[in-house]
Amino acid sequence: MTADLRLGYVPLVDAAPLIVADALGFAEEEGLRLSLHAAPSWAGLRDMLALGQVDAAQMLAPIPVAIALGLVRSPVRFEALSLLNLNGNVIGVSQDLARRMRDAGYGFDFSDAASAGRALVAAAPEPLRIGVPFAFSMHVELLRYWLDACGVAPGRYDIRTIPPPLMAEALAAGEIDAFCVGEPWGSVAVDIGAGTLVLPGAAIWAAAPEKVLAARMGWAAAEPDLAGRLLRAVWRAGRWLGQGGNHMMASEVLTAPGRLAVPPDLVERALTGRMVISAQGDERHTPGLIEFFAGAATFPWRSQAAWIGTRLARQHGLDADAAAIAASAVFRSDLHRQHLRAAGADLPGASDKLEGALAAPMAVAAERGQLILNADRFFDAAIFDPRQPIR
Amino acid sequence: MCQRDGLSGNRGISGPNAPPTLFIPRHLSFASGMTKRLSIIVVEKDRTRALLIVDGLRDAGDFDVMVIAEETGLARRIAQRNPDLVLIDAGNPSRDVLEELTLATAPMDRPVAMFVDQSDGALTRAAIEAGVSAYVVDGLRADRIKPILDAAIARFHMLQKMRIELAETRRALEERKVIDRAKGILMRARGLSEADAYALLRKTAMDQGRKLAEVAQALVITVDLLK
Repeated sequence: MTADLRLGYVPLVDAAPLIVADALGFAEEEGLRLSLHAAPSWAGLRDMLALGQVDAAQMLAPIPVAIALGLVRSPVRFEALSLLNLNGNVIGVSQDLARRMRDAGYGFDFSDAASAGRALVAAAPEPLRIGVPFAFSMHVELLRYWLDACGVAPGRYDIRTIPPPLMAEALAAGEIDAFCVGEPWGSVAVDIGAGTLVLPGAAIWAAAPEKVLAARMGWAAAEPDLAGRLLRAVWRAGRWLGQGGNHMMASEVLTAPGRLAVPPDLVERALTGRMVISAQGDERHTPGLIEFFAGAATFPWRSQAAWIGTRLARQHGLDADAAAIAASAVFRSDLHRQHLRAAGADLPGASDKLEGALAAPMAVAAERGQLILNADRFFDAAIFDPRQPIR
Repeated sequence: MCQRDGLSGNRGISGPNAPPTLFIPRHLSFASGMTKRLSIIVVEKDRTRALLIVDGLRDAGDFDVMVIAEETGLARRIAQRNPDLVLIDAGNPSRDVLEELTLATAPMDRPVAMFVDQSDGALTRAAIEAGVSAYVVDGLRADRIKPILDAAIARFHMLQKMRIELAETRRALEERKVIDRAKGILMRARGLSEADAYALLRKTAMDQGRKLAEVAQALVITVDLLK
């Protein structure tokens, strides 16, 4: 029997699995009729989900964790049933700052976070003002991780919220010196001549959990049939998105009327990893700039949630051990397994891993045979052990 | 406590980022022994819309209402004013900027909550339907918030209705322009009078079961293509 489901999203490249599940029939195959609701802001989307205006939603991975830790207030808690994607953010700087970095000999390789950090710190004003889309986001966590590891004291930079559609404008107006934002907004800044891209988020953490498919706590348990159909449809959409031959069509689907209001070629850059980083047209290739499928990309590792929880705890003065435990419970690897086993997904044998331990893709034990996991290295080679969150 | 509040308020006024107008430090109204006048900030770029909301709030009670129209530095502007309540269109992307204010970072900061968190469901639902989001400082009693929210909800409903009417008027105007162009094309191409050209368009629309404006649009596009 066909069932109706309402999904919320923010118009970004990483809303792709939801848009594709609807547009290309993956939902229909599961007997689902989806209605997609674009939200004007993350706060708006959180409220839509909390108050039941949508059944499930794309969500910044740290939001469900921050709610569980009491840092973001919501009348209802959320849980992550799946990741929608790994990575997908880019860091860019103003033309003025880019000029100073170039003058000092920086080559804009768009891959080495350590040298980019050194070049930025040497050329940056103090405090360095950086725009992000939301206070609880991987954008903030990756920036803090990167700048901390580069030895930049928290007082020397100022992270502030700017809605992504206004980011390029804020950069051009000199309101901020740099940004970390999800595609296509980095490419928009490049194309209107406001900024130059410095790094993909993946250069800081090679497999950062970026967006999750979130539902109200208890929804998936109360509606196992619907949750299963939704998870499988979205997972198949991710598998389709992960196939190289589909990038051009995917960018057309994502920019159809009512979805992302940018030209398709801008979206295609992120999907293919072939980024234009400057107004002069310099190109850089970053495989895995955004990852929807490979290496069990959709699997919500409890250790990823623990990493986010530990970082938030440190930032906001909470107990790190307790935060890691509370955060882990939010990423429902158990439900993910339960519902995707039937779809034939490669599922890892464990639900926790050492984050940052893989410098290259590696075969690990899976529920059935083996599974190749993605490289998940942090740029400073640190390893996060979820059993010992404080280091 | 009051003393320190006052000092920080004064420092704010004389500082380099001082707001252009003077405001009275919050504790002075406490000292008078009366219930403090609530301060409200309305975030709204459109002047007409902002005025309509402010008028509604003025009718609802004696509040200190200020409008912020500028999107740049929104968090800073609001923090300087230290309001009891902030009202913003739920469709405004700058809502995410306000979420920063819910993070009390300094010990002197007053924690701010999204209104949905702390009040009765009916009022919350009404606010969401009307498209208004409210941020409220902790500890403000629900009975003091309610008249403000009621007034804001009424005005946002009115604005929603106006927005729909405006869109409809625009569409009607567009349709009339296209129909006029199609009439002109028929008059020139087939030597018809204006009334006959209109009658022909209307008959074609009826025969095809389509709207008059659609037929006119199709004709205009076709002629443009053949030019």
